[in-house]
Amino acid sequence: MSVRLQDEAFEPGALLTVFSEGRTKTGAIVSFTGIARADQGDATILELEAYPGFTEAEIGKIAAEAETRFSLHDLMVVHRTGKIAPGEAVVFVATAAAHRREAFEAADFLMDYLKSRAPFWKKEHGATGAQWIEPTARDRSDVARWD
Amino acid sequence: MAKVLLFGPLRDLAGWREREIEASDLASLRALIANDDPVLGEALTGKGVQVAVDQAITRAETALTARSEVAFLPPMSGG
Repeated sequence: MSVRLQDEAFEPGALLTVFSEGRTKTGAIVSFTGIARADQGDATILELEAYPGFTEAEIGKIAAEAETRFSLHDLMVVHRTGKIAPGEAVVFVATAAAHRREAFEAADFLMDYLKSRAPFWKKEHGATGAQWIEPTARDRSDVARWD
Repeated sequence: MAKVLLFGPLRDLAGWREREIEASDLASLRALIANDDPVLGEALTGKGVQVAVDQAITRAETALTARSEVAFLPPMSGG
């Protein structure tokens, strides 16, 4: 299991290649990549703030829960912090399990948690200024599915 | 002196990220902050603001030591 925060951009394909190597008992690997979006051509920059140490530890607790709950063989979470340009990857989650259902569900579970309960604060810098973004009603109902 | 950390919109509201404040427990820490900056004091008691002492979420009015790290965490949003 690996949980990492980083300011530097990452290449999701390279992470998936490393994550997938050398597995003989795993029958299914699912990965998800979240990309910073710029709606209708807005020059929006995302800024992600974390609480170093605490954020990794809190994600680690949920990752451990996911491993048990979905009988995972392994998982990987990489999350950007700092300023992120449109088109860049913000978050990467990969899960490995014996069968596909558990791998899909665990990735879904982890992403729902990361969107609305992990210790990050997200600010959007756009043409009309900057504003802090809170989880949407949809984000909250998505994560409540697992309670 | 407890180390106080603010995150997200609380940091923008206060105009600072980190400050050393002498307080024996969370309640007196909040009172000191509110006395200095009433708007921030009110925001710290706002809906969805959690408090972590030494990187563990607490709901009690925890006692603080000189080495305590107190973080005020507004509603979270990642991904």
